[in-house]
Amino acid sequence: MAKPKLTPAQQKYQNKVKKAEPKPDYLRNALSAFFSGGLVCLLGQALIDFYTKVMDVPPKEAANPATATMILIGALLTGFGVFDQLAKYAGAGLAVPVTGFANSVVSAALEFREEGLIYGVCAKMFTLAGAVITFGVMTAFVFGLIHAIFH
Amino acid sequence: MGKKTGKQTYHFANPPVVISTGTVAGPFEGQGPLHADFDEILTDPRNNETTFEKAERSMLTKACQFALDHASCATTEVDLFLAGDLLNQIISSNFTAVTLGIPFLGLYGACSTAALSLGLGAMLLDGGFAGTVLTATVSHNSTAERQYRFPTEYGAQRRPYQQWTVTGAGAALLGYDRPGPKITAVTFGKVIDLGSTDPLNMGAAMAPAAADTIHQHFEDTGWDPNAFDLIVTGDLGKIGLDLCRQVLAENGLNLGENFSDCGVMIYDLQKQDVHAGGSGCAASALVTYGHLYKRFARQELNRILLVGTGSLHSTTSFQQGENIPCIAHAVRIEA
Repeated sequence: MAKPKLTPAQQKYQNKVKKAEPKPDYLRNALSAFFSGGLVCLLGQALIDFYTKVMDVPPKEAANPATATMILIGALLTGFGVFDQLAKYAGAGLAVPVTGFANSVVSAALEFREEGLIYGVCAKMFTLAGAVITFGVMTAFVFGLIHAIFH
Repeated sequence: MGKKTGKQTYHFANPPVVISTGTVAGPFEGQGPLHADFDEILTDPRNNETTFEKAERSMLTKACQFALDHASCATTEVDLFLAGDLLNQIISSNFTAVTLGIPFLGLYGACSTAALSLGLGAMLLDGGFAGTVLTATVSHNSTAERQYRFPTEYGAQRRPYQQWTVTGAGAALLGYDRPGPKITAVTFGKVIDLGSTDPLNMGAAMAPAAADTIHQHFEDTGWDPNAFDLIVTGDLGKIGLDLCRQVLAENGLNLGENFSDCGVMIYDLQKQDVHAGGSGCAASALVTYGHLYKRFARQELNRILLVGTGSLHSTTSFQQGENIPCIAHAVRIEA
């Protein structure tokens, strides 16, 4: 992925491009990500409380069904075509929590449905989420190893 | 080399006529300011097909059929079919060529295909190699997004300088002995690489190529830019158009009010939330074969220069860190 070196003429033009590109409204984006992300977390906490109080799940384990429910909500919103509309405003507020992970998997699965169940949906479902899974597994392995050695 | 003027421009001794055009626009394009100029506006982005790819080729076939019908021309009377699109191995054009059954020359010029096919078609006609040529191109927002970017339902925030791939198809029938605007000259462009690597800002990547071809056209012909009612680039968008204007001004060519861009014209940039404007093969095809062709018919236009712009990268080349090579072709159309 080494970037080719720019000639002076190319560099001069790229400086011009940088000046011409409008910057995203960082403050507005950060604020809307903060509040929408907060709302998602609030919903997650409400689900944990619901599972502990109403469904009698032990508090330590209630996060698991809550996460699964959040994934289901993210997947459904993607399927109904609402998620990308919400994400336009929420940005990282929806992308960073587990809802974003659900969206990346389901949107890819939907997109490649036309290429068949095996080679389309199953093979291409993780084209976007694959990197997240790889890093997740790697990190878990490394920290698991550290935990095993020093515990 | 009697037909070549200067370095890159060709004049036609017997200028081919744009006999008729056909356009099919997507639903979103149908909400834009040019909606009255399209032959058909789809109500369903899938056009009742099972896949977006099938929808894309059905639009292309329909646009070709419109162009043929408007001229009451049968497919058997057409010598050659020149077409291209954005999908890998130009499959939309290939499958449309199966349906039409006209000898086919597949072109890849990315979003410059409309201008490229007009220029090449005119050369074939003026050279006496063909009597009637059908040229066409198509792009679809959902197929292009999948191939070049993300799945359509993926919630990514769009950059303020990003463009929106136009859903639509346009076709033009070229020939002789019929009324219509004429193609009098073409300037084929060089591939220009000014170091752009961001595939989300294609307007900025393509602007130097457009500037180079426009500059070369005026250098070769010695004409005054003010002799044109309109000098219109293909799909630079708002930011690319400004950059192109700047680059031209630095090289001593100041273009005035008659300089615009199809990607800017096709949408209402205030209301339609497309950021910098439209892009894709259909941007220049819909604007030229729909809007501008009708303005020629109403005698509102007398002479235009269509500068089709294309970025010639692939998803592989960009992921391997290569720059985006770009091209532009200019076609002079006169009443």
